[in-house]
Amino acid sequence: MSQQKEQFLIDTERIAFDENHRKVIKFNISKYDLAVDKGKRQYADLALARSRAARIKRNVVNDLEGYLKEFEFNFQKNGGQIIWAVDDKEAVNAVLEIARKHQVKTVVKSKSMVSEEIDLNPHLQAYGVETLETDLGEYIVQLADERPYHIVTPAMHKSKEDIAQLYHQKFNTPEKFTPEEITYYTRIKLREKFVKADMGITGGNFLISDIGGIAVTENEGNGVLSMSFPKVHVAIVGIEKIIPSMRDLDLFWSILSTHGTGQKITVYNTVITGPRKSDELDGPENMYLILLDNGRTNLANQEHQKLALSCIRCGACLNVCPVYKSIGGHAYETTYSGPIGSVITPHLRGMEEYNHLSFASSLCGKCTEECPVNIPLHELLLYNRRDAVKAGFTDKSFNLVMKAYKIAMNKRWIIETFSPNVKNIGISLTFSNSWGPRRKLPVFQTSFTERWKKMHNR
Amino acid sequence: MEVDLFIPCFIDQLYPDTGFNLVKILEKLGIQVHYNTKQTCCGQMAFNSGYWDEALSLGEKFIKDFSTGRIIVGPSASCIGMVKNHYPKLFHNTSHHNTYKEIQSNIFEISDFLVNHLHITNLGARFPHKVTVHDSCSALREYGLTHEVRTLLANVKDIEIVEMNESDTCCGFGGTFSVKNEAISTSMAEQKVKNALETGAEFIVSTESSCLLHIEAYIKKHNLPIKTIHIVDILASGWEL
Repeated sequence: MSQQKEQFLIDTERIAFDENHRKVIKFNISKYDLAVDKGKRQYADLALARSRAARIKRNVVNDLEGYLKEFEFNFQKNGGQIIWAVDDKEAVNAVLEIARKHQVKTVVKSKSMVSEEIDLNPHLQAYGVETLETDLGEYIVQLADERPYHIVTPAMHKSKEDIAQLYHQKFNTPEKFTPEEITYYTRIKLREKFVKADMGITGGNFLISDIGGIAVTENEGNGVLSMSFPKVHVAIVGIEKIIPSMRDLDLFWSILSTHGTGQKITVYNTVITGPRKSDELDGPENMYLILLDNGRTNLANQEHQKLALSCIRCGACLNVCPVYKSIGGHAYETTYSGPIGSVITPHLRGMEEYNHLSFASSLCGKCTEECPVNIPLHELLLYNRRDAVKAGFTDKSFNLVMKAYKIAMNKRWIIETFSPNVKNIGISLTFSNSWGPRRKLPVFQTSFTERWKKMHNR
Repeated sequence: MEVDLFIPCFIDQLYPDTGFNLVKILEKLGIQVHYNTKQTCCGQMAFNSGYWDEALSLGEKFIKDFSTGRIIVGPSASCIGMVKNHYPKLFHNTSHHNTYKEIQSNIFEISDFLVNHLHITNLGARFPHKVTVHDSCSALREYGLTHEVRTLLANVKDIEIVEMNESDTCCGFGGTFSVKNEAISTSMAEQKVKNALETGAEFIVSTESSCLLHIEAYIKKHNLPIKTIHIVDILASGWEL
């Protein structure tokens, strides 16, 4: 058993029955559900919009190299600099190198899951660069010294009371600080940081191939400030984030916001095409784009699972997933949690270490039903499971159970050799541990087949 | 009309009465029921667990056992969903291609068969109890059932149907998921049963015996005041042939 799996089983045992966790998540996701139901009504034909978006992303996944070349050409034409990072180390080193070159002391960051993926903040801190998250949710999570709980709403696991308490501890604000007061307080605190910061780091929601632009979607304006105030802007984006054309944005912006937060469109949508030009009023003097692979090419090489590279990171599959709602985002111990995380993490970080996530699903299919780009998530989990078994990464004892099951089910007489009582003893010996102390084992009866045979004298 | 009966392995072994109630219903409708006593399992458990070689072997047997050309009816949307949705992954462009395709177009889950193919929604059943419906994931999302269960239940005499919160949320069974991730799986069952208990229903009814197996396992362990029942068992209540 991999160390990661062992930890996962311990963590899920702890959290799955935590009533308080259940209550907070249920409440927070119910708010989201209401908004998304309403948001979806803006579409006359949501299924059509989804299939259009899906087809566009499929085309990209099938010719990722071609699109990346086109994007690179167009982006560089505008004066931006591209750094290709094969893995997290290369990406981190690239950021540190840029920080060194421009003598960066402070960094403001807008929300970026890719920066979580490469574990950027600790590296920058260790390098002596003060790094501040400026998305409210990320800021809260950073204050609490935690990881994002959710790819879109990082502090979803916290109630407004939890957050007021956290601010009280850190800043000695009143214990009953309201969400409005918290937001205003944070805004004042952050504003001065934006003005002083030497470098802004953002992610990117889409890489627009035909114009060589990066599209950033956000609700707080902190993204725009991170890109425009500091003299240096670094965007770190996964190579799969390509969309072919500027003309695709109307579709993708709205389908992303509808499924991410239920908004018709998010509050701030920015397209940037390089550093400030001489005739422009604002913008950074230097702009770098780090294009991160970090296992994505490996995923692109999987015949079926490569579809997961279509993901636009809206988080909808997390919000509908009963497993995610039961264990929360932290138990996964991955950057990307929920159904999409369980599909891609084994390919990004190693099948041997992370295949257990592909098995941690009841395959209920809600994720597939919800995905705005029609990724058959639960089916891709099946392919992951197949690959894990083939590679010999699953428990040996379980392999034996499956072999025995195959042999028994292939020969009716084997099943009939044993009486129900013997089967009950057998199942209790083999499964009572794994079935656990909180459920009763089912009871074998005289089988339908035997009774049928008797009735029909055969 | 003649049909082949498909009794999934766990119903055969654990819930044989449900199988006989299905026979009772079909015979009431004047349908001649054939049962191949060699049948065992569609291979779903192996397939869902990643053991595709084992699933292939069991699937081959299934195809052999059911290649009569007759309509096939069974009381489980998940096993039939396996045949409908996943057999192509195992048998597409193999020597079994034509046979599995024929079986796919012939095989029906019972509530789908009754409502959409025989257009029968009232079997004259009587069940004087308060029930709540659990929509099984496989019936809803794998097989594509929508209103069928509630349509059939609505015509049962003296039944009271109350809806639970999150009726279409998974019960947490998921085959071998239930043993590989016992805590998560049981936690999901607990939440399902809680929602059902809140309705004050006496029974949780479903088209899917595997969900019911799981829900029952939690209920019995905790001695909770609610029972599980397959829709077929309700439809076969209150009348005799």
